[in-house]
Amino acid sequence: MAKRVLLGAAAVLLVIAAAYASFFVAPEERTMGALQRIFYFHVSCAWAGLTAFSIGFLANLVYVWKRKEKYDWLGVSCAEVGVAFTTVVLISGPIWAKPAWGIYWTWDARLTSTFILWLLYISYLLLRTLIEEPDRRALLSALFGIFAFIDVPIVFGAIRWWRTQHPAPVIMGGPNSGLAPGMRGTFFFAVFAMHILMWFLIAERYSLEKMRNDVELLRQEAEAT
Amino acid sequence: MKNLDSIFWAYILGWAIFFGFYLSIAKRSNDLRAEVDRLKKSAPGNSREK
Repeated sequence: MAKRVLLGAAAVLLVIAAAYASFFVAPEERTMGALQRIFYFHVSCAWAGLTAFSIGFLANLVYVWKRKEKYDWLGVSCAEVGVAFTTVVLISGPIWAKPAWGIYWTWDARLTSTFILWLLYISYLLLRTLIEEPDRRALLSALFGIFAFIDVPIVFGAIRWWRTQHPAPVIMGGPNSGLAPGMRGTFFFAVFAMHILMWFLIAERYSLEKMRNDVELLRQEAEAT
Repeated sequence: MKNLDSIFWAYILGWAIFFGFYLSIAKRSNDLRAEVDRLKKSAPGNSREK
């Protein structure tokens, strides 16, 4: 418990520091001006969301292999946290797009694949509410989680494989891509802060799932006596 | 600063989502904690029920 409180405090302090750095440390971008500062929040949330889905994918694989419930708890925790981060991405993106592109939304490869990713993981969470039996729920949702993860590399590759509306990648994007040194430091600090927040939220959600299991065991004990 | 309203809304809505998500976890945890207490109290052999 004390560790989670410390992690939560660290996450809050780091995201506040990252927001400060985004506004007051990073240099202003020439084309978009101050509007580009959304980048540090939007992209770091996207990276943290994809990391959460990746950890969830590994947990789903290990669950199918070992059938230990702790991997099921980790899988659902990562899916829910990943959905929260992707929701932020899908809201901050259009808010940035309107003044930058003149439109809130377009069915471009990156935007569409991200929206499909969000729908897939919402379906994963809905699927879990439809199955009562715990082992069956864990197995079917792990299999669905493995299937849903197929979209993660598509989201990553969408701006590399197809040139549509969304800007080309500035990180891992090839020889002509990159960020100015002042921007790079702020960006990686924001990514680090968002990953600590992601870790904290997964830890909180995991503990909730563990508690839910304890309640289920107590209920079964009560019914048996 | 140009487009300040867009920057404001992107950050505010983003933080509202994270805060709301954290509150939903905290609420569900509290409900489960209350349920654990209730089940422990109603368990046979509990001294309060004797």
